[in-house]
Amino acid sequence: MSNPSSAVSPTLPKAPTGIQGLDEVTGGGLPRGRPTLVCGTAGCGKTLFAMEFLVRGAIDFNEPGVFMAFEETAEELSQNVRSLGFDLDQMVAQKQLSLDYVHVEPEEIQETGEYDLDGLFVRLGLAIDEIGAKRVVLDTIETLFGGLSNAAILRGELRRLFRWLKDRHVTCVITGERGDGSLTRQGLEEYVSDCVILLDHRVSAQTSTRRLRIVKYRGSVHGTNEYPFLIEENGISVLPVTSLGLQHSVTDERISSGIDGLDAMLDGRGYYRGSSILLSGTAGTGKTSLAAHFARAACKRGERCLYLSFEESPAQIIRNMLTIGVDLAPFVASGLLRINSTRPNLYGLESHLATIHKLVNDFRPQNVIVDPISNMDGGDDSGEAYSMLLRLVDFLKEQKITSFLVNLTNGGEALEQTKTRISSLIDTWLLLRAVEVGGERNKVLYVLKSRGMAHSNQLREFTVSSKGIQLIEPYAGPEGVLTGSMRTAQEAREKALELARAQESSRKQREINRRRAELEAQITSLRDDLSALQEEAKHLDSEAQARDSVDTQTRLELMRRRGAAETVRDDTVGTTR
Amino acid sequence: MNQSETGSTWNLRLYIAGQTPKSMRALDNLRRICEEHLAGQYTIEVVDLLVNPRLAKEDQIIAIPTLVRKLPDPIRKIIGDLSDSERTLVGLQLRKSGN
Repeated sequence: MSNPSSAVSPTLPKAPTGIQGLDEVTGGGLPRGRPTLVCGTAGCGKTLFAMEFLVRGAIDFNEPGVFMAFEETAEELSQNVRSLGFDLDQMVAQKQLSLDYVHVEPEEIQETGEYDLDGLFVRLGLAIDEIGAKRVVLDTIETLFGGLSNAAILRGELRRLFRWLKDRHVTCVITGERGDGSLTRQGLEEYVSDCVILLDHRVSAQTSTRRLRIVKYRGSVHGTNEYPFLIEENGISVLPVTSLGLQHSVTDERISSGIDGLDAMLDGRGYYRGSSILLSGTAGTGKTSLAAHFARAACKRGERCLYLSFEESPAQIIRNMLTIGVDLAPFVASGLLRINSTRPNLYGLESHLATIHKLVNDFRPQNVIVDPISNMDGGDDSGEAYSMLLRLVDFLKEQKITSFLVNLTNGGEALEQTKTRISSLIDTWLLLRAVEVGGERNKVLYVLKSRGMAHSNQLREFTVSSKGIQLIEPYAGPEGVLTGSMRTAQEAREKALELARAQESSRKQREINRRRAELEAQITSLRDDLSALQEEAKHLDSEAQARDSVDTQTRLELMRRRGAAETVRDDTVGTTR
Repeated sequence: MNQSETGSTWNLRLYIAGQTPKSMRALDNLRRICEEHLAGQYTIEVVDLLVNPRLAKEDQIIAIPTLVRKLPDPIRKIIGDLSDSERTLVGLQLRKSGN
């Protein structure tokens, strides 16, 4: 079981710490059988770190531990960690833990010649043997330097101590106070060089952030980033920066947005499961309502949904959503929906991220809503907000969680332009825009982008009523897109116009008919006239003929009477008889 | 080892961890000093922590050798092999500490 640590193996055996997130970050825990140095400024959490290492080692991994305290008494230690749920007294009684407070008071001691620290060795040895300890904490051994003046002896003894601990094959955590220009005041890093972890506690813009960094881990691959961590009710939570290698696996499955009209705009099928959805809009456009529909749809599918609100309390959200016909209360009661509300500026960005990690790991939701993401940086417009968002989206994707992020944008700046860097992380981007026209402010929704599907590029009018959200096709006419009462007004106008045109058309039709009838009547009468005339003409003709023949007869008669005596005159027309 | 006479008796305890040269030196030095300054008025008790390891925690012993003056009050602790007699005496409050 115990491996002499002479040969350097490709991967060193590691002792898991049980501290949330830390084992991932270290690739399995601290180097087994070797000392790890944990250093940082006062109040950075070293003692807690060390204590949690022991406590979890005993409880979770059945490895008893010895805590050698140089600064706090056993009672003080017990007191301090009781609030974390660690009952040290009980653990001591059950031989899971051994506490030894080493008192070093300089005034009491006169140094009169050579000495060594065998007393310490004896104490440690006894403690380890009594409970079969596999883990040891020395917190913080630098105190010895304050109590004993012979630094040379001390250094020699420390070297001996760490060799001795290695021989005992105990995994050790040594804490040290941060020095100026060196990791620890007394340069412990010289002797403890297998693994060095630095804890940092910063306050910026009135929010405090805690960070952890693995300065060194001999023989192991480790991330060199700073990992934010939280100290919470049950100990330390380290936020691992998950693989940002874009190796997420994907699924074809689609889930409903909770609004039929929106699903229709998304290829008719809704979002991809596990994708990231961003909803941008100015204040009052109904983003939370959309989020609530998403939550309801998820819960109706029997999936868990985590709603992280940075603006409203759970009760307020439930109440407000009820007015639009979305009742979230039963889902909260059944445990499918969890609403978690915090003020964004209470914590730093990393703390938010770490909290989200924790909530997700505890609750294991399939869907997460963050409403909104825009004020998490407390207005501090550094790149940090982006980096944090990147890690959040990445983390959720890796867990195959569908994320719905709400972004509040300022009116006046083009929505698509704000924070363009975010868009690279987002699979589906919905925009809610307010359109001011005709004394009204109506809302339109459109899908700016949605990867992997043929989404609609149309604007839909977005209305919220007591029956929930509805998307209507807005009026698109020659004057542009109209919504709301302008739309209805325009539609009415159109109708009226239609009617008028129809009426006009039939009137014209009637008019034409009338004219035609009129003309036809005229034609008829003219025809009558014509035939009358023709008749008359015929009549005249025959009369004329009649008269002609009478004339001719009369002349002939006259000529006959004048006698044949008369010869035919020469001037008669040469008519041949 | 030595019988006490009337007058205050000094109760001295020397903690060692095995019979190492340092510890033996300390014992020798201690006997010498006691004979010189506390003749007949002292008792020396030797506690070997390798034999009695529990006492290390109980009596808060870190360094070896450690000399503890148990009587008279108050308790005084002196560490080292006592080769520095001056300091030993100061520590035992047999001599005032010089400035």
